[in-house]
Amino acid sequence: MNIDSIKNGYVIDHIKPGKSLEIYEYLNLGNLDTQVAIIKNAKSKKTGKKDIIKIDELLDINIDILGYLDPNITINKIQNDKIVEKFHPQLPERLINIVKCKNPRCITSIEQNLPQICELTDRKNAIYRCKYCEEKVQKPE
Amino acid sequence: MKHLIDIKDLSTQEIEDLIKVAEDIIKNKEKYSEKCKGKKLATLFYEPSTRTRLSFEAAMLELGGNVLGFSSAQTSSAAKGESISDTVKVIGGYADIIVIRHPKEGSALVASMKSDVPIINAGDGGHNHPTQTLTDLITIQMEKCRLSNLNIGICGDLKFGRTVHSLITAMSRYKNIKFYLISPKELKIPDYIKTNILEKNNISYIETKDIEEYLGDLDILYMTRVQKERFFNEDDYIRLKDYYILNKEKLKKAKEDLCIMHPLPRVNEIAVDVDEDKRAAYFKQAKYGKYIRMALILKLLEIE
Repeated sequence: MNIDSIKNGYVIDHIKPGKSLEIYEYLNLGNLDTQVAIIKNAKSKKTGKKDIIKIDELLDINIDILGYLDPNITINKIQNDKIVEKFHPQLPERLINIVKCKNPRCITSIEQNLPQICELTDRKNAIYRCKYCEEKVQKPE
Repeated sequence: MKHLIDIKDLSTQEIEDLIKVAEDIIKNKEKYSEKCKGKKLATLFYEPSTRTRLSFEAAMLELGGNVLGFSSAQTSSAAKGESISDTVKVIGGYADIIVIRHPKEGSALVASMKSDVPIINAGDGGHNHPTQTLTDLITIQMEKCRLSNLNIGICGDLKFGRTVHSLITAMSRYKNIKFYLISPKELKIPDYIKTNILEKNNISYIETKDIEEYLGDLDILYMTRVQKERFFNEDDYIRLKDYYILNKEKLKKAKEDLCIMHPLPRVNEIAVDVDEDKRAAYFKQAKYGKYIRMALILKLLEIE
């Protein structure tokens, strides 16, 4: 299967197989006019299979969230057909409206229009806690 | 503008200053009797409380100010579905400072994010209760004359007991503190307190189910009530409520200068025969609470 290479944009590589649609949703890629390719179950030397997302434009996307969703992801920034930057996303200090606090005693369970804010309290172990009730939030599988 | 949502909002110096002001209030009550003249304190209590609410009201009245508020969610606009954010925006137009107690964790933080006047957290579910902690700190200072070099036993509901979480957080700042965490396994201290506070600050602690095991080592024994309102299941509450009862007999093993504390109200976890023991400090503790709240109101209203 052939997918055109991109001139200017991002290649989000080494996505855990099956996670690409979730990442597509989190990055709101469905709202873009630009070309986006999702490649599922591509061959990988390292892991056997992987998903890849290609975005055919250098957009201002919130790549921090990727560090939370899958720390093994690689992001390739492409300019004029060349990889100009290659990096792993870092864990963001804050997640806003990404994960919902599941503590039934938390104020987020009843207060309307309250942003769901989670803060990184332990970078080493990638632990986030709800800003309001301080309960640990579960990472999506 | 400063709020008090979590005891961590106050520096060690600020806590020390508050205790000093409270001590001065105890000695010179007259000097403070008109400090808050013309000021209003609103108490928004969405769940039942007697002593905390009355302690705040008494504190404001003794400072010469006025009080207004409600004492249950049923008699407030929350019963009509009003959000906390909207309530504090409205009440901020009527009062100079707001005290809030609400059953949901994080509620006071939400109030502070929206309020135009200082917010004091008087308990947000099982989460934080910083003015109880200030009460505990002034009691320890008054009764033991120090806030460091202490073996502190905390007994009962360490899972939902918000006073316990705040107290551990506050005492972790002082030198040479050791905690003895005494609870049944169902009511053990939450992991975030262990990892974020105790282990992070290299505070030594022992977890045990047996109240008598370390009783002779303690300088302070902080008893707590198993709170019915924190349980979703009544059977669990009934099973655990009588787990620990401190009585005169057990106290024979304790130090002569042990300080027995309790945030009150007690149910049966401290037998009445302990009340006469000179080591019982819990009624004095309630009184100190009013003075430290007076000091806090002055600080947040920026009144010298």
